[in-house]
Formats: sequence, C-alpha cells, structure tokens
Amino acid sequence: MCRNLGTALSVPAIISAAVAATAAQKISYNRDIRPVLSDNCFFCHGPDQNKRKGKLRLDVREEAIAKLAIVPGKPDESKLIQRIFTTDTDDLMPPPESHKTLTPEQKQLFRRWIAQGAEYQKHWAYVPPVKPSVPTGRNGIDFLVQKRLKEIGLQPSPEADRRTLARRLCFDLIGLPPKPEEVAAFQEDKSPEAYARLVENLLASPHYGERMAIGWLDVVRFADTIGYHSDNPRNIWPYRDYVIRSFNENKRFDQFTREQLAGDLLSNSGLEQKVGSAFNRLLLTTEEGGAQPKDYEARMLTDRVRAVGTVWLGQTIGCAQCHDHKFDPITSRDFYSLGAFFADIKEPIIGRREDGMLVPDQKQAAELAKLDSEVTRLQREYEAPRPELAERWEKAALEAIAAETNWTLLAPEKMISEAGVKLTVGEDRIISTEKDPKDGKDTYRITVKTNWNSVVGFRLEALSAAKLPGHGPGRAGDGNFILTEFSVEDANGQQEGKNGWAIKGVTGVEQAIYFAVKEPMVNEGESSVTFVIQQTGGGNQVLGRFRLAATTNPSAVRAPKTALPRPEIVELLKVAAKERTEDQKQKLAAYQRSAAPELIDERHRVADATKARTDFEAAVPHCLVSVAADEPRTVRTLPRGNWMIESGEIMQPALPAYLTTSARHAHDRRLNRLDLAEWIVSRENPLTARVFVNRLWKQFFGTGLSKVLDDFGMQGEPPVNPELLDWLACEFMDSGWDVKHLVRLIVNSHAYKQVSTASKQLQTRDPYNRELARQSRWRIEAELVRDNALSIAGLLVPKIGGPSVKPYQPDGYWENLNFPTRTYEADRGESQYRRGLYTWWQRSFLHPSLLAFDAPSREECTAERNRSNIPQQALALLNDPTYVEAARALAARILTEGGGDTTVRIKWAWQQALSRAPRADEMSTVHALLDKHLAEYRQDTQAAESLLKVGLSPASKDLDPAELAAWTNVARVILNLHETITRS
Amino acid sequence: MNPVSEFRQFALLQQTRRAFLGRASQGVGMLALASLIHPTLLRAATAQAASKKDKWTGVVNPPHFPPKVRRIIWLSMAGGPSHLETFDPKPKLAEMDGKPMPESMTKGKQLAQLQGKELLCYGPQLKFRKFGKSGAEICELFEHIGSVVDDICIIRSMTTEAINHDPAHMFMNTGSQIAGRPSMGAWVVYGLGSDAEELPGFVVLTSLGKGGQNQPIAARQWASAFLPSRFQGVHLRGKGDPVLYLGAPPGVTREQQHDVVKAVNAINSKYDAVVDDPEISTRIAQYEMAFKMQASVPELIDTRKEPQHILDLYGGKPGDGSFASNCLLARRLAERGVRFIQLYHKDWDHHGGVKEGITLKAQEVDRACMALITDLKQRGMLADTLIVWAGEFGRTPMSQGGDGRDHHNAGFSIWLCGGGIKSGLIYGATDELGYTAVEDPVDVHDLHATMLRLLGIEHTRLTVKFQGLDARLTNVSGKVIDGILA
Repeated sequence: MCRNLGTALSVPAIISAAVAATAAQKISYNRDIRPVLSDNCFFCHGPDQNKRKGKLRLDVREEAIAKLAIVPGKPDESKLIQRIFTTDTDDLMPPPESHKTLTPEQKQLFRRWIAQGAEYQKHWAYVPPVKPSVPTGRNGIDFLVQKRLKEIGLQPSPEADRRTLARRLCFDLIGLPPKPEEVAAFQEDKSPEAYARLVENLLASPHYGERMAIGWLDVVRFADTIGYHSDNPRNIWPYRDYVIRSFNENKRFDQFTREQLAGDLLSNSGLEQKVGSAFNRLLLTTEEGGAQPKDYEARMLTDRVRAVGTVWLGQTIGCAQCHDHKFDPITSRDFYSLGAFFADIKEPIIGRREDGMLVPDQKQAAELAKLDSEVTRLQREYEAPRPELAERWEKAALEAIAAETNWTLLAPEKMISEAGVKLTVGEDRIISTEKDPKDGKDTYRITVKTNWNSVVGFRLEALSAAKLPGHGPGRAGDGNFILTEFSVEDANGQQEGKNGWAIKGVTGVEQAIYFAVKEPMVNEGESSVTFVIQQTGGGNQVLGRFRLAATTNPSAVRAPKTALPRPEIVELLKVAAKERTEDQKQKLAAYQRSAAPELIDERHRVADATKARTDFEAAVPHCLVSVAADEPRTVRTLPRGNWMIESGEIMQPALPAYLTTSARHAHDRRLNRLDLAEWIVSRENPLTARVFVNRLWKQFFGTGLSKVLDDFGMQGEPPVNPELLDWLACEFMDSGWDVKHLVRLIVNSHAYKQVSTASKQLQTRDPYNRELARQSRWRIEAELVRDNALSIAGLLVPKIGGPSVKPYQPDGYWENLNFPTRTYEADRGESQYRRGLYTWWQRSFLHPSLLAFDAPSREECTAERNRSNIPQQALALLNDPTYVEAARALAARILTEGGGDTTVRIKWAWQQALSRAPRADEMSTVHALLDKHLAEYRQDTQAAESLLKVGLSPASKDLDPAELAAWTNVARVILNLHETITRS
Repeated sequence: MNPVSEFRQFALLQQTRRAFLGRASQGVGMLALASLIHPTLLRAATAQAASKKDKWTGVVNPPHFPPKVRRIIWLSMAGGPSHLETFDPKPKLAEMDGKPMPESMTKGKQLAQLQGKELLCYGPQLKFRKFGKSGAEICELFEHIGSVVDDICIIRSMTTEAINHDPAHMFMNTGSQIAGRPSMGAWVVYGLGSDAEELPGFVVLTSLGKGGQNQPIAARQWASAFLPSRFQGVHLRGKGDPVLYLGAPPGVTREQQHDVVKAVNAINSKYDAVVDDPEISTRIAQYEMAFKMQASVPELIDTRKEPQHILDLYGGKPGDGSFASNCLLARRLAERGVRFIQLYHKDWDHHGGVKEGITLKAQEVDRACMALITDLKQRGMLADTLIVWAGEFGRTPMSQGGDGRDHHNAGFSIWLCGGGIKSGLIYGATDELGYTAVEDPVDVHDLHATMLRLLGIEHTRLTVKFQGLDARLTNVSGKVIDGILA
C-alpha cells in the first residue's frame, strides 16, 4: 500500500517501535501486533468472508493455528513467519501487488510474539472499561497522566499564568473572550478558590451551552437545508436550541441520547423530548425529480447507521453496507439490522419535508390555547340547536329541489382559462380546476352549444369540495373566490350582464347566483354562447368547482330561499323526519347550519377565529421530529449495497451481534429505537462513554486520547493512555452521565492548567503533545473567530437561540443553487450580530467565512474538524465586511472609551483584544501605521468615508472620519493577529 | 468533512519542521505502532518539509510513472448532454422512431423520470456528418469541434452508476455517490502539488446556459472533504470578487492594505519568537499569499489585453462570464501553472426540446472548445495538457414528453484530448439504439484511473486513511483505459 501519507505522521511510531523491539519486554497483541495485521493482512485474511484468501483468517487465533499460520512458541514452524521473511516474491506476504510491505522491525516483532506464545487479546475498545484505582483525594486525570509521564521520563509543565488561564477557560467553556476587567479581577483574586470559582461561573453561563453545542452539531450533522440537489430549507432549528438547552441544564447524557434517538417513544414524551428526536431527521434528503424511492431509502438508511456509528459508537459501521467489515467484526447483517431500527420513521422518501411539529414557546403556547378555546367557544355557539331555523330551511330546500326541474345543466364545449390553468368537466357537468393560476387571478371563458328557445336566466353554482382549501368553492386559502364580473357573449360577441360576487365567510357550502337576461335569448338552430367569468381579485380567489345552468321559466330566475342542497343531502331529505338516524340528523343539521343565511354572522366569527388561529400558527416555529409509523418500512439486506436487488433477506431491528450478549437478542417483540438508545447508554456497551469522553477531551486538549475520534475499531488508534480514557469513561458513567462533572474534572486538573509553550525537550520528545506534559495551542473554531471579533468590537448580540441568521455574504455566492434560484438576503438589525453557531447552515454552499475556517458543511457526521491555515482565512479576516465593520466598531470604542493619547489608546485596545499590554514592537508597529494612515485619510477624506460605510451599523457622526478610518486599520491589524484567533 | 487525523498531523508536520528535524536521534514517547512507514518516504517528506517554505509538492513525489501531462482541464457539461444529438450517430434509432423500445434492452435497468411510463424510441433530432481525416461522425452543429476532431478521442461507451444529477455529479467528481469524499481536483493537487505560485492549484469556473435548464451544483463538487482544506477547489467567479473576499475594503488602497498585512506579519513574527509556535510562520506565509492573490487574480481574469484574434478565436467578450470566456481563462490558468482546472457549463438537461436545446448548447460551447484546443496547441501546451469533455450522464434513446430525453447512465459519449491520448480515435460503442455501452465499456473509475495515469499516478497508490480504509478516488475499482493511450 502507499504509505506516503502515513510517512510523516508515523515518525514517532518508528521510534516507539524501536523502543519496543529493544526493550525485550512482552509483546502486546493489541499494541504491537494487531495494528500491523489489520493494516497489512486483514484485507484478505480478516473478518470479510467474501474477500478471504486461502480460507485463512488471522484475526481469530484458533483459525490461524489450525491453518498452521501460527505455531505458538515456534516461529520457524509458523507459515506466517516463513511467508513474511521469504525472498521468493511468489510466496511473499503481503504480496507485492498489494503495495504493502512490512518493515524489518515489524517482522521481528511477529517472530518474537510467536516465540512468546502468540497470545491474542480482545480489541481494547470492545472490552468494557474498568476503572483504574486512583488514590483518594487526587484528580484521576493528574494521577494517570503523571503516572505515564514518569514511565516515559517526562515532567509535567508548570501552571500557566492567570491571564492565559482566564482566556483559555473562556474560549473552552463559553467560546467568548474575557473582558479586561474580568481578567484583572481574576489576576487579583489571591484566594485558592479563585480558579474553581471562575470555572463555576463559566459553567453557569448560558453561553456554555452554545460552546458545547458546536461540536455536537457537527457530529450529528445539523444544518438548515436538506443537502441534495435543490438543497432547500427545512424546519429544524429548534433542535439546535434543544442541544444548547440540554448542555446548559446539564441534561444527563444518557437521557440526552434517549431523547434524540427515541424522544417520541418515551413514556413521558413532551415537546422537549420530541424536539430532541429531530436527530433522526438531520440526514440528507432530496427533492430531485426522477429520484428513485428505493435508491433513497437505501441512502437514508445508510446515512442513519453511519450517524449512530459516528456519534455514539465510534465505529465505521457504514463500511458494512456492501460487505462484512474488512477489519472489524461488523457484519452486513449488523448494518441492516441496525438500519431497521429507523424504518418506522414517518417521512417522505423523496420530496419536500413536511413542516413538522409546532414548537411554541410559553407565550406562544398560551396564545395558541387562547385562540383554540375561542374557536371552540364560537363553534359551540354556532352549533347550538335551532329547531325553528331547521324547519324553515327544510321547507325551503324541498322547494328548491322542486324548482330544480326548471333548470337545464349546461355542457361546456370549450373551456379556456386565461391564466392557462386546466379546466375539466366531470360528473353532472361540474367544472373544476386542479391548480392555482400563476399570479392568483384568472378569467374563465366557458362556451356552450345552444339550441334554446327563450332563455330568460342563467345560474352559476359555486360548489364545495374537500380537496379545495377551506373546502372551497374558491381556491383562496379560506375557500373564498371573488367573481369580479360575469357576462355572456353570444356568437356575435354581444355582451350581457355585469355583476360581482364574493362569499367570504360562507365557504365550504353550495351556493348559486342567478342572472336574469333583459330579453329572452332566442337562438335559432345551432349556435353558441360564451360565459366570461372574470376573477381578478388576486390571491387565488378563483372558482375551484362550479356549474352553469339555464332556464326558460322566468319564475325560476330568482334565488330560492336556500340553495339546492348537494345530492346526498337531497337523498337525506327524502327520508321522513321521524325515521332519520342520529347520524343522518347530524348531517342534515350541519348542512342546514352551513347554508342558513340567518347564521352568516356566526359563520363569519368561526371563520375569523379559525383564520386567526391558522395565521398565528404559521408564525410559530415548526420542527421536523420523529413520528413512528404503525407499519415500518421493510428493510432487506442489499447485496453489495445495490438497491436494485430486492431479493435480500428481510431484516428486523437488532443490536450489533459483536457488541452484545446473547441475552440481548431474546425478545418476543420487535425492538424499537428506544431499545437501541437504552443499549447505547447501558454499561454493557463498551463504547459510548469512551467515545464521548474522547471527543470532549479534544475540546480541552486539541487532540483526543485516541486521536481518531470516529473509529475505535482496529484501524483507529489505541489510546495513548488507555487507563486515563477508561478512568474518564467510568467516572462519566458512575456520575450518572454528568457532562458538567466531567468538564469540571478536566478543567480543574493540573494537566489542563499547564502552559502551552513547549520546552525544546518536549518539542522533540513529544511534538504533537500526545503525552500531556503541557497544554496545546490552536486557532479557535470558525464560529468563535466571528464571536471573538464581534465581542471585542462590542457588536455581539448575546441572545440565545432562535431561527438561524444570515450574516453578510458575498453577492452571487448562491448563484449555482436552483429549484428555485435564491438570493441571499443578509439580516438587518440585531440578527446581523449574532454568534457564529446561529449562522444559516446551507449545506451545499456553507457561508464562506465559516468554510474558510474549516466549519464542515455537515453533509456527513463530522467528529473532528480540520484545523487548516490557508490564504482564504487571511482574505476573510482582512476583507469580509463582518470583520471590517467589527474593526470600525472597535476603533470607535478605542476613540470613545480608550482614553487619552495614542499610546494609552493602543494599550487599551490590546487589553480588549488580548487581555494584556502591548509589547514595545507592537506599540511602535501600530503607532507607525496609525500615523501614516491618519495622514493619508486626512488627505483623502472620501476614502475614509467609504471605509466607514462598510456594514449596517452607522459610524458615529461625532468622530473625525479620518481618525476613525485610520484607527479602523489599526483595529484590523489587531483582529487579524494570530494571537487574537488563538487559544493557548 | 470528517478529517483524518493523520492528515492533520501531516499538515502539522510540515509546519513543525523545527521540532521535526531536531527529532532524529532522540526517543519519542511510546506511541502505537499503528503506522510504521517506509524509510525512503520518510526521507522524502523530511526533505520536502525542509525545502521550500510551505510549498506543497505532493505526496506522489517522484511520480509513479513518467507523467504525460502536467495539468487537466475538465469541461463538465452539467445536466447530461444527449449523446444521440452530439457524438453518437444512431441511424437505427431513426428507423425505430415512435416504436416501442425493445423490452430486452431496458429490463432491470434504472430509469429516472420515465419510471412507469411507456418507452418509445425517439430518433436522433439532429443531422450527423463525417469530419477530419479520421472521418469521425458527429452532429453537424459541432462543426468547430469537427474541425479539430483529429486531435480528440471520442469515447462512445461511457457509463456511470448514478442516474440523478446530484449523485451523478458526485460520482463523476469524487468517485463516490456519498457526499463527503474529496473531489478529483483535490486528489490531484494533494498528489502532485501545483506549479502555480500565486494561485490555488485547483480552480473552478462556472457558466450558465441560455436555455434555462441550469441544474444546481453544490460546492461539495470541488470540496477537499477529508483532505486538508488547502486542496479544495477555489471557485473563480464571474461577478463580484473573482475570489471570495479578494478585494480590499472600500477606502483602503493597495498600499494601505499592504501596510496592514505587513504590520500583522511583523507582530506575528515577534510573537513566534515568544511562544515558538510553528503555526505562526504558516500564518505569515498565508497572509503573504493572500496579498499576492489580491493582485495576481485580477490580472489573471482581465482578458482585455488578449490580442483581438485570440478573443475572436474563443468568441467571448471579456468579462461576460460565458463558457467561451471561461475557456480563455482556463488557458491563462494553465499558463500560470494551475494543476486542475474545472469548467462547468450548465443547461444540458433536456427533458424537453432536446433539438432546440442542443442547438443552443452547440452555439455556446462548440467554438470555445475548438479555440481552447487550438490555442493550447499553438502555444505548445496541448502536449502536456489533458482536456476532458464530459457530462455526468447521457440521455435516453426513448422520448420523454414527445420532444425530450430522460437521464441515462448505461451508455453515453465523452471526449478527451491532449498529451498521451490517441487522437482521431473513436473508442467503444453503444448498441444500435444507443442504450447500452456494449463495446469496451468505460466506467467513471476507469476514467479517473486513466486521468491519474496520465499525470504519472498509479490510482491504487494515491490513498488516504479514512474511516479505517485506504480511501482513494477510484474506490475499490478502476482500470486504466489502455486503448485510448498513445
């Protein structure tokens, strides 16, 4: 295999190999042998039976011995040794075509291991963690770190100074820089409790949850858009706030897990738990036309299995989609049976996501309840029995039925919608439309053949239908239509009649309008007339279902006391009153109420209250959540991951066989997501606590104890200090999955408080700081780069939660989006100055400033971000209007709050941004820049003015533009400094 | 995406050279044996790290094979061009026009929007004729490409796994249908570095078609994913700042901007002396690079100084953002040493009106493609450049809606041109109705393997550890298409 990548990073490993080889100590299978086997041999001689060569597997000791590959204690008789040492390229292992080679040191290790008896060990991550004993009163972290440092002959570094500690704690725990006075207070507080007190204050800050959420949102792939193709928005941000809230309230991690995987299935499931279950909806989806459901069903299943693997198990289960895992004992069956847990989630496979569940805050919930009760109250009022009205109506209805014989229903010959909407004629000559006109208006031209004698009137019936909004007859949201004009043209284009009609508040029932003609229309022979039905009110206030009729009886051309009831009601009326069933009575009563002109006010009131409720509801946040379907989708194993093969075995939800005892498999019912969650946070599962603790460790030390955060399998890295990882994992579980407890333990340790500068010895001995003989330093996360600048500038709006926000973004950045095309509208007002984690997360085009600083697109679960150092970062910090405006705001603060002369001001600015006084070189560098730019801007005030115009917040009118502009450039220098964006 | 920690460490290593070079004779704490490595590669990396400051020279160094080309210009015809109206003549399909498609051909195959619809043959809508000495028969509307047809190699047996735009683009660009894999440009720059001094090694340009069928393209198509961010494609934009945030703020002169950058670097450099943090020298270098780009990029995109006959050759107007102008920019990028240049031209998604659609597309791309080939040739650069013209899939021989064609992945046409390619060749064939690639079928991994081979890379050896696997552009397959290599 090509090792050129591994090259550099493995330098320390080479040395440690040498150490191991010369130490003549016991060879450890887990530490020394398995990684080499896994890398070089398991591909053909490992767990995947389809790829296995020569029926030999080396991952199971008995099998390796049975095949004589290994003869314990006798390296020279072991075929493995013969084959790796041979010079015959036909026999050599690994074979040359694999591009994998063993080093001489590795070969010697194998020889010695077999000589020592070739003992195997269970993979470290699959053995439940056992808590190492730690002397009472000692921080387990320090005890175990120092124990190891002693073993390898290193000393811990001294504690960092107070300023560094204050900044470190603030960036790590709340993601915001400390204010100068906070640092000063901490420096002056000589109490031994000062540090612990600062920690507690920060843990209690509402910004703690925001800081902790960043990593979690990465790993669960939280984003505002669906990801594929059109990458359209979806309602999901309440989940982000749920995560923030959970960390702030120190929700126990086991509960946090249950709520996300199965919040909807919990016995006490409320709004909070259901919003948590939005986790299951965070995956990528598509709206692309022509996408095949089976294809996307498979993609979505895979996506979810990968997520559980990354978020909780640290297992690359996704690899087992097409075949048994090459390196880990994960089978294809494990993969699909894990996927089957999610087959119950109700969702469209292709197409737009639903709006989701209503997530009102307290105030909104109260308002909704009020509106609901208002609707109920009015509805009750409206439905109160009114026997005399009913009697009158029934009489009128019977008359109308009798009068109907005077009318001839007209059969349209030609129907034109000027808006181009399709009109169709159905049963009983009813005309209907399926679509809204493009701009909400339309004029129908309905032509009918005539063979009439003396027509004296027409009737236009507006008919209700369940599929129309508000049950019609109009297509407007409330079922209304507005007939702006109705006229009849004869074949000669002669027009007759001008009328208007609207029905607001009486929607959902049949009604009709009657037109009398001035003189009877006599058409000799075959001719035609066209009804022009103009509806130019806009807002889709057009007829959705209607019918035309004509009469020759003048007495019929007036509205009957009530409209002709719909056919099923006509049938009901034929039943004698005494013989009607309760159901029939209710149906009649409901219809009668809806048709009674006397109740128009009541109807209006109900309609208005209902509309008020609907309107309010539209403004309340919605969130996609998990809803379990009664019939889960069928999950089959897909041979080679191919969704077109539908003959695979049907899979039931099951826990991964390699991680569970047989007792877990005995069930008399279908397992559900809650069972999965319970197992994930059970003591039996050796992975979850370790995986979470390891990720958390990275937040506070820059690298995990195992540096591969998302793979605790054979191809991952065994932890540098396994005892420490296990101690932390056990402590976490023992504490009842108390995250704040864990954080408190970590940040109160000496290991955490050490200086981050490395002695020459440490730089050489441990360049990547894996041994923790010091702290680490790194450029802060993308979101924090923004938060830091806005905070120093005094622009940050520290509001917690709410819909995602849109900071400035270069024009045209979304030009490659389509279906529909979109224009980015930057937020105005306070939304412009929110923290980075609230930024609108457009998966296919993530905000370029965040992207430059390695924020992931969240198309996949990301356990670990890159930490790059690229020119785009310089361009963003120098030129993104966000940072230019922040610099100008900082400059204004310097001028108004910074005090006296230039030197004092520069000192003040340094305290704001870096919590320290400037060095002499810094002072002279920016002083010189200030003088030069001040002179230049005095010469060119127009240039100064245009610099000050950047950003939505207005520049202060009281300040000299040239001075403010020059200081803006000084502030730009400050915001661009490596130290400003570094946590050390 | 999910970064491989090893990678981060490798990037770090280049930056920690002081620590690194001081290492040699001393022991380092007991670390895992997980990644023992080859000593010669170690030497190469050490030398590389110590050589030019922060200049990435690639992990395939030296190359696995003598390279045939130094750079790639990939012309992505986004939307899926119909092979039946461009490069694959099918007289038999004309005869079958309106008749049912033989079920034997379509059974068990993927369909997109034609799922469950009646499948009727739809004859080619445009005329074909023979061009050049090779007599290659292509649609007569592509007469300019026809005029250089002896320089290109048409593959008529291309296939792909995906049948919808987004996954098909991902597959063509990353070798995987799963979002979150590095794009081919990122792989290539990771493997070889770039000759460009003041420009990124991987540049992307996009243009819209006038037909309006512009399928969305996500930035993941040029992402570095789990490779370090420095390898991601940089989108060179037609409007606004050509590179995001390239322009200094209004009211700040170039000199003043330089003052700011110099002040930042001066202070950073002193800070380095205090804390001895190797990241700082990288930061300084990146600020220098950013400042240089503020001049080099505007110079690059300003084509107004190109001679009139060159502007005429391509047919675009400077600054019009057209495919023709992007082709000219591609040449200028190539001259400046950019390793991987990818142009997207959209609007090939002809579910309806395929005849009018292709006619319009021919007007937009035909001349420009010829111009790029001709221009590179006259500068002696065609010999070490590979040009690839390809959509993400082809179109059905069946009609959709009476005048269009649906997505199709079982057989379609692409062409290649430049160093190491057999020119004037037609390679492979679809069946008589243009449905399935039946002769010398080529899949996307094969195309990638071939592209890497021409650059001097053995595709199975450009790998990176990702989720425990040796991830590579060609996944677990791919074979070099020997038949098209000169």
